[in-house]
Parts: sequence; structure tokens; C-alpha cells
Amino acid sequence: MRSRSRLAARLFVVVVGLLAAASFLLQVSTVSVASQQQAPDRSVAPKPGPAPALKLPAVQKRTLSNGLPVWIVELHKVPVAHVSLIVKSGSGADPKGKYGVASLTADMLDEGAGRRDALQIADAVDYLGANLSTSSTSDASSIDLHVPVARLGDALPIMADVALRPTFPEDELKRVREDLLTSLIEAEDDPESLIRFAFPRMVYGPQHRYGTLSMGTAATVKALTVADLRQFHSQHYAPSNSALIVTGDVTPTDAVTRLESAFGAWKGTAAPAATIATAPQLTSRQVYLIDKPGAAQSQIRIGSIGVPRATPDYFALRVLNTILGGSFTSRLNQNLREAHGYAYGASSTFDMRASAGPFYASAGVQTDKTSEALKEFFNELSAIRQPIPPAEVEKAKNYVALLMPRSFETTEALAGSLAQIFIYDLPQDYFATYTQRVRAVTPADVQRVAERYIQPEKLAVVVVGDRKAIESGISSLNLGPLKIVEVGEVMK
Amino acid sequence: MILPRLIVATLLLQSFANTAPRAAADGPQTPSRETQSSQAPAAPSARSRSARLTALTVPSTQFTLPNGLHVILHEDHTVPLITVNVWYHVGSAREKPGRTGFAHLFEHLMFEGSAHVKEGEFDTLLEAAGATNNGSTENDRTNYYIDAPSNALELALFLESDRMGYLLDAMSPERVNGQRDVVKNERRQNYENAPYGMASIELDKMLFPEGHPYRWPTIGYMEDLTAAAYEDVVEFFRRYYQPANASLVIAGDIDPAKTRPVVEKWFADVKPGSAAVPPIDYPHAMLTSVSRKTIEDRVQLPRLYISWITPSLFKPGDAELDVVSQILAGGKNSRLYKRLVYDLQIAQDVTAYQASAALDSEFQVVVTARPADPTSTAAALIDRIRTIVDEEIGKLQKAPPTPREFQRAINQIEASFYNRMESVGGFGGKGDQLNAYYTATGNPDYFNEDLSRYRALSAGDIQAAAAFWLPMNRRVELTVEPLKTAEPGK
Repeated sequence: MRSRSRLAARLFVVVVGLLAAASFLLQVSTVSVASQQQAPDRSVAPKPGPAPALKLPAVQKRTLSNGLPVWIVELHKVPVAHVSLIVKSGSGADPKGKYGVASLTADMLDEGAGRRDALQIADAVDYLGANLSTSSTSDASSIDLHVPVARLGDALPIMADVALRPTFPEDELKRVREDLLTSLIEAEDDPESLIRFAFPRMVYGPQHRYGTLSMGTAATVKALTVADLRQFHSQHYAPSNSALIVTGDVTPTDAVTRLESAFGAWKGTAAPAATIATAPQLTSRQVYLIDKPGAAQSQIRIGSIGVPRATPDYFALRVLNTILGGSFTSRLNQNLREAHGYAYGASSTFDMRASAGPFYASAGVQTDKTSEALKEFFNELSAIRQPIPPAEVEKAKNYVALLMPRSFETTEALAGSLAQIFIYDLPQDYFATYTQRVRAVTPADVQRVAERYIQPEKLAVVVVGDRKAIESGISSLNLGPLKIVEVGEVMK
Repeated sequence: MILPRLIVATLLLQSFANTAPRAAADGPQTPSRETQSSQAPAAPSARSRSARLTALTVPSTQFTLPNGLHVILHEDHTVPLITVNVWYHVGSAREKPGRTGFAHLFEHLMFEGSAHVKEGEFDTLLEAAGATNNGSTENDRTNYYIDAPSNALELALFLESDRMGYLLDAMSPERVNGQRDVVKNERRQNYENAPYGMASIELDKMLFPEGHPYRWPTIGYMEDLTAAAYEDVVEFFRRYYQPANASLVIAGDIDPAKTRPVVEKWFADVKPGSAAVPPIDYPHAMLTSVSRKTIEDRVQLPRLYISWITPSLFKPGDAELDVVSQILAGGKNSRLYKRLVYDLQIAQDVTAYQASAALDSEFQVVVTARPADPTSTAAALIDRIRTIVDEEIGKLQKAPPTPREFQRAINQIEASFYNRMESVGGFGGKGDQLNAYYTATGNPDYFNEDLSRYRALSAGDIQAAAAFWLPMNRRVELTVEPLKTAEPGK
């Protein structure tokens, strides 16, 4: 073994045992090579050569006897498998007055299923060394199993029970509901959480589904019953509305055999897909302030109604957002963090869903620089609409295009990428054409989508911070009418 | 998410933070020593077992440059990406009095340019090549990575070597000022303005004696961040950022034979340090009684922290305490979770973990209480929770965990090892782990040895560790209670 202090004391004396002696010889040869070497020319940064060829994951498609599609990608590096059952209904399918039912249904799947109760499910899964999780988003619900491939056969029946045969016990619902209600109280205490509730409420209002987070509100969660969960499950969890995605150390033949026995007998037809009306765009600029006495920072979120996932402007918007606030060198981060030091970081997001999700720029800024920071936000939101230097567009395009292989590296990331294709009906050649579609974006495209989707006069500005310290500064910017919002207004 | 340059201010190196129920083990695991329980799955065959063992090897090529920089190369061609991962064997434990937070502030400065890289260019060049990068600071080390398409390997090595060799040529008081503001905002965001954010800072002060390098927070005290000066940067760089105090891992889509000359080309001219970094001299940390403290925060739920000083990373007791944490808070059936959250429902969450570090470790139990009913005070609620925590720890100290319980915990831990094999880059990828193992043991491929520590344990070892390392009468207890009176303004 080598100790740090030894290495630090000139390496030529590091000779301990045979192995170290061998490495000593290597080091000697290193010295001669290195000493003959010229110091490198550091005046010009090395230019990357041609981009490496991308090995696209080969998706093998099968269908179970009940019509349930199965997508399989073999990844044989580590002896693990990841299995996702994706149900194409999420909180977007919540009926009016029952916001949170999709989310609570997913939460409750593993609280009793088949012949096992909640503790037995957890024990069986943990003992196998598996991880079984259930979750939902706006547009889908999913059950994810990550397991050593040697245990796949033991884990799949438990996963199938959880997905297809949940029992929704009354006492477990009571417990999980209390857990959710308490987490809503915790969210009030955390400015970063609170603004995630507040911003969509201010932009979409309480009626539109996107004005409330997937989990619902305290009032709706309290009202949800076992019957509601059963109804949501029976209406949406059906093979006609779902797909299985399998990645990892499996062969298609073996995987399909196992999946057929776990999921092949599943029957049912899902209710027609819910459609969410496109929310009306904001027509003016409004400022909302939520008081957090004594807060060391102000949380800021500025934005409007953005675009659906199906937008034809997807790739132009990805590039635009990378330039505005989607990378470290983005304009918002460079301005608020690097140039002014007002924030630890600043970013922007187009949250794309089945219907038009929110666009927003955000940061946590030090309390005494709140109005200065707001001014810089608006400087950037205006400047992004001006022609963008081609080099900046090129940098962003490379960043978006060349990082794509990361989505293929792990079983979980790969399954997640495939799930996006299923949920949003993306073309079958999505991965294959991804790079060229990013490459095709021009500076003119970026400017066009910036002008169309970022309109500084029609934005909601939401601030969570110490009202006493920041209100007058914000008012003096004359951004628009300022409304003080109570915490209860955004959480209920 | 962007927000790079994060700080990892806890002592975590690779401990298992058990937040029941779901986050306990976020990956697969493989049962090893099966029992005959009827509920248990069939025992794996010897053949499949050896196949799994093979998968736990992360082979590498190693060499050391004349200037002392140790280099570790690992091939993985799953995707055409590489990671360049550097560990400097210095963290906040090396800071001087009055300069807490400096190691981390210094880390920020490493991205601001060097002699041949203009301010801002480090990130611009990398993003234009489709690369991402970050760095983090802990008590014992500072790490940096660049994840890039494999064609940008040489660019990454140029940038990494330039800041290792020529950082000071581009340093200025203005750059220090710029990142000082950023770091202060990092502190505001993640500590001052975060619920319970100040608890870890208080706990370390209670746990470690005056002069112990884990007593102060890695993020630093505000006044020390204010005091940090350009001269400190020069001194710190010369003392700790010498190549012999660092190790470089390049992993991913590389050809080691072709990579080595490129590493030599860019790193050979980095000048060696003038004096070796001496071992840290620090006072013995030992608790002799129970110390209790209550702080207030802008939160509605009271929270209890109980902490002990425990054996450092890889010392006897370290692995045992990871298992103890699983038994206490790993999953729905774990003892504290089941009792406090599932059965009694007086707590919102329970976490237990052994935070392993180089000098001393810390074992922590954290329980967030459900809101008190109007007839009960926060203190009464916390008392009740503390009594139950003590009962459960007491039971584990008197009798070993059941075979099922023990094996379930070992299986979960084993799973985490397999899960860690999937990604190459970033924090926690194989590149980062090779550097972690190399730094701690001198052997980057220490995966099997590490896992063997857990496989060698018995249920009796767990009982013994709980009894020896978690005494009721020598520990630290911190309670966070809701503010009694809302402070007007600041």
C-alpha cells in the first residue's frame, strides 16, 4: 500500500515490495520520456477532433399476448436489470376537485398488493436487493424495478402485484395521507419549495390543472378516498394505455418469457386520454410577493405559459434555453452569479408537458440585492430577443447534441429516455435524428423562438423573501402591480 | 439543473444515508449468504456468484509522473464519453483558524481561469465541446471532474493541467472577491435560508473539541469568508495543490496506451511542490458525557439529532455501523422507521447514517417530528421520540438483529456496490470512486475489499458495534424547535 506522505516526498524513493519495484521501473522510463519532451504549446487550446460515432441503443420491440408493448435494450456491463411499467396517465388525468388522485394512487400502489401488506412488500423487495418505486408526473405514472438480474424472476411477480393488484388498504391511506399533509407543511417552511407551489399557481390560477402541483393541495388530499384511488386505477392502469421498458443484462427471449408470466394476463381498456386545455397566456406583467420574515435570500421565479412537448420548436427552444439559463455559461448564470455575485446560481427552464407547461427563469439571491437581481433578470430576458452571436448558438448546439450519449449510459437513464418516447409519442427515429435536428437549428430560429416565447411585458414575477427588506426596492422597479400573497393562497 | 460547484459539507465519503423507506438503497443488490428461510429466494449458484464478483473489479493502468502526480486509467466503452477526475488530498480539515471555508472558496477559484485559459474560457471551451464539469469540497479532499465526448480528452487534459500548474499566474484579488460573493450566497441558500440548515454546523461544534479540524463547517463562517485574501490563495495553492498531493483518473472511452503519452505531454511540465504535505496533527475527539442543545429555526416541525463520534473510514467498526444504520432506518421494516413513522406515526421521517471520514466519523440519527397537537410542546414531543430511539438502540445493544433483518441489511448494502458500477463520470461515477479508494487505501480497485468488509460480518458484530459505539451516556443531542416569536425583519 502506498501512503500519501510517501508519494509526496519525491517519488523515486517509493520502493516497497515487488509490485512497487515494478512501478519504479515504469517511473524511470517515464522520466526519460518526459525529460525529452518539449513543454506543450499552451498558447492554443487543443481542438477536439471529429465527434465520436454514436452507438444508438438497439430497441427490440415485442408484444405480450394481451397487447402490452415491451421495449428491450440489452446492456451487459453490470448484472442488473431495470424494468419500467409506464402508464400513460398522470396528474393531467385528475378530475376537477380531485387534484392529487393520480399521485396518491401511485404512492399507494406498494402499500398493499396481491396477498402482501405494506411491510411484507417492503421486506420482500429489500431482501432481494431490489428497488421498487412508484411515481407519477403530469403525463404518466410509473412503476420502476431495479434489480440484480439473478433476482429478476423473483422480483417481477411483486412488481406485477404492485402495479396491477394494489389493495389500497384504508388504514394505509390514512397514514400516507397524513405523510403528504405533513410534507405540505414542510414545503411552507422552505422558500425553495414554496416557490415551486407559488409560481404555477400565479401563472395558471387555481382552476387549471397546472396551477397545482401533481400532489394536489391539503384540501384535495384530505378529500380523496379509497374509492377514488380504485377508480383512477381501474380507469387508467390498463395494457391499452401502458408499455413495459426493460434495460440491462437481459436477453429479449428470456425477458419476454418472464414478463408474459407476470403481465400477460392483465386485461382492461383505459378510459380515453384526458386532454388539458391550453391555458390562456398572460397579458400583462404582475409581481407577487410572499413574505418570509428574516429570510437570508429571496427566491425569484419569473415566467409565463410556455409550450407543450409536441411543439415543433422543441430543438430551437432547447438551444435557446441553453443560452439563456440551461448551462453554466448561460447568460443568466454568468450575469447573476459570475458578474454580480448576487446568487449561487441562476437558471431557466421550459417545462414541457402534454399541454403547454410553464417557462421560467429562477434564482435565489441575497436579500439586499433583490431589486438589483430582478433588474438583471429583465435585462437578460430582453437581450435574449436580440440577434445572438453565431458562436454562442454553436456552443449551445454542441452542448445539447454531444451530451446525448449520457442518456444511454445506465439502465435507469436509458429506461427513462425510452419512457419519454413512449409517453410523448416521439418518432421511432428520435435518437437517430436527434443530433442532426439539433445541428439544423440556426441563429435565426433561436431568435424567432425567443421573440415568440419570451415576452418580458407578459410575465409573472414571483418572489419569496423578507418583505420588510425588499418590498420598496421591488416597487421602485415599476415592473407592474405588486400583490402580497399569503402562503395559504398558494398551498390550498 | 445547473448550480455547479457544489459543496458537500458533510463528512460523507461513501456512507449509506438511510432515509427510510425509499432512499435507503437506490439500487440493486445481490444476496450472498442466503439462509434457508421459506420466504427467501433460492440461493444463487456458485457460478452466478463468481460472475458477480468479476463485475466488481474495476481494472486500471497506473503510473506516476516525475512531478509526483499519480495517474489511473480505466477503460469503459459503453458510451463514447470520458471523465477526467482529479482529487486533491486537501479539504477543509487543512484550514487555518480564521480562514474556515477557504478550501471550498479555493475550489471555486479553480474554474476562473489560469495562465493560458482566460477568465470564463474554462467553461466556454468545455461546453462548446459538449462537456460538463464540476467540483466539490469535503473535510478531507477536493475533487473535480470533466465529463466530455471522447474526442475532447486532450482539451480536458489541457485545462486540467493548466490550472494544476499555472493557476496563480491568472489569480487576482478581484477574482477572489467575485467568488467570495458567490460562496456567501451558497451559504445563504443551503444553510441560512434552508430549513434546519444550521443544525449540522451546530452539531459539529458540539461533537469535536477545540482545534479539531472537523469542528468547523466546510462552507465556513461568514466572517472568515470575508477575511479570505489573495495571499491565502497563493499560500494554499503552493502548499496543497502540488501534483504529488493529487491523483488523476481518466476513465471511459479511452485507449490507455494512447492516453498515457497525452497525459505526460500536458502534465509533465507541472512543477513539483517544494515540501511534502505533512500529516494532520489534531486533538483526539472523544465524548465523555451527554451534551444537549436546542436551537430555533423558521420551521413548523421540531427535529431531533443524536450524534456519536465513531471509527474513521475502513477502521474496525466502520462497516458494522453502516449495517447498524440499515437496521435502524433502512426501509419500512427498519426498527426506528417502523416504530416512529409506521406504527406510532409521531415522526415524519427517520434517517440514520455512518458518515465516514479520514480522521473521525460521525454516526447520526435524525428524526423529524409530526406537528405537535396543541396540548403538547415541541420539547415533550422530542422527549417522547428520544425515549423510543433509545429503546430501539438499547434493544440492538442487548441482542443481535434477527437473521432475516441482518441479511436484508447486508443485501441492501451489497446492492449499492453493483449500482455504483453503472456510470463512469460525474460525482460518484467509477472515475470518482477509483480516486476515492486510491486516496483512502492506495488501491483504486478496492471495490471487492470494501464489499468483503460487510460480507465478513455476523449479526453478533452488529450488536457489539451498537453497544460499543453508540453509548447512551456519551453523545450529542441537538433539537431544532420552531421559532417562539417571529423575529421582525432580520
